[in-house]
Amino acid sequence: MSETLDRTAVTADPLLIAGRELRSRLITGTGGAGNLVVLERALIASGTELTTVALRRMDAEGGTGVLDLLRRLGIEPLPNTAGCRTAAEAVLTARLAREALRTNWIKLEVVADDRTLLPDPVELLDAAEQLVADGFVVLPYTNDDPVLARRLEDAGCAAVMPLGSPIGTGLGIRNPHNIEMIVSAAGVPVVLDAGIGTASDAALAMELGCDAVLLATAVTRAQDPERMAAAMRAAVEAGRLARLAGRIPRRYWAQASSPEL
Amino acid sequence: MRVEVNGQNREFAAGATVADVLAEFGRPGTGVAVALDGAVVPRASWPRTPLRDGARVEVLTAVQGG
Repeated sequence: MSETLDRTAVTADPLLIAGRELRSRLITGTGGAGNLVVLERALIASGTELTTVALRRMDAEGGTGVLDLLRRLGIEPLPNTAGCRTAAEAVLTARLAREALRTNWIKLEVVADDRTLLPDPVELLDAAEQLVADGFVVLPYTNDDPVLARRLEDAGCAAVMPLGSPIGTGLGIRNPHNIEMIVSAAGVPVVLDAGIGTASDAALAMELGCDAVLLATAVTRAQDPERMAAAMRAAVEAGRLARLAGRIPRRYWAQASSPEL
Repeated sequence: MRVEVNGQNREFAAGATVADVLAEFGRPGTGVAVALDGAVVPRASWPRTPLRDGARVEVLTAVQGG
């Protein structure tokens, strides 16, 4: 493959979410990093342009270190509603995030319990409808359920973000067929969110047709976060290129690639 | 009067506003949001939003997460 094709294919293929163009298809999280120095190196190596932050009670010192870091790196913060269990909690958290960060983008998370951290579909859809009506660009973290993904899109969400496996498990994509079904039906970008363990998981997400990958702990809790961030960047680009290139069909029996004797 | 700030009871003089709560956090410039009894109070309204006895105030900011 020529250098020209390589560069063109990656840079001239932006991700569009709600009219915003993102050159990187890797969205990262900031959770799990040991300190801001490690996080900074990982963020730079990832090439990301959009990164999640959480909203929590301020302490007396009032540090906003992670926001200062993102601003310095030119990375857009994407607030989430992590920790919310009900639609009411998530809607209030989203409104506070909009006030604090001056953005109407929200990664909507409404989880059912601590053990699985799986999305609560009833509360999630309720919150999505309320936030869309309130003018938010809603990016919901959802189950790998094609029906729920369709309902969220119908509710006006700007993307759908199905899990590969539960948050923080690193189990990869447990139901690739569901992800393919979500992709094939979606009219908004599909972002594989949660469960990525290593680079091949991220590449697979893109090969299945996802438009982007969102991951955090796979990088921040890797033994070498900066190196893993570089691996994820390469994997997302490789998976995207492979998807666009069109893979060969799987065959049961061998097929010679050399001419017959 | 007694006001609950981020889960802790604090005493404020009569007539105190949301801005007086923020003074205890060093009057942060940006990246902060306030809820009073479960509703967002926009920054511009802090100085003219009075507290009442028994009010619950949440002062939130962005942290690493997700």
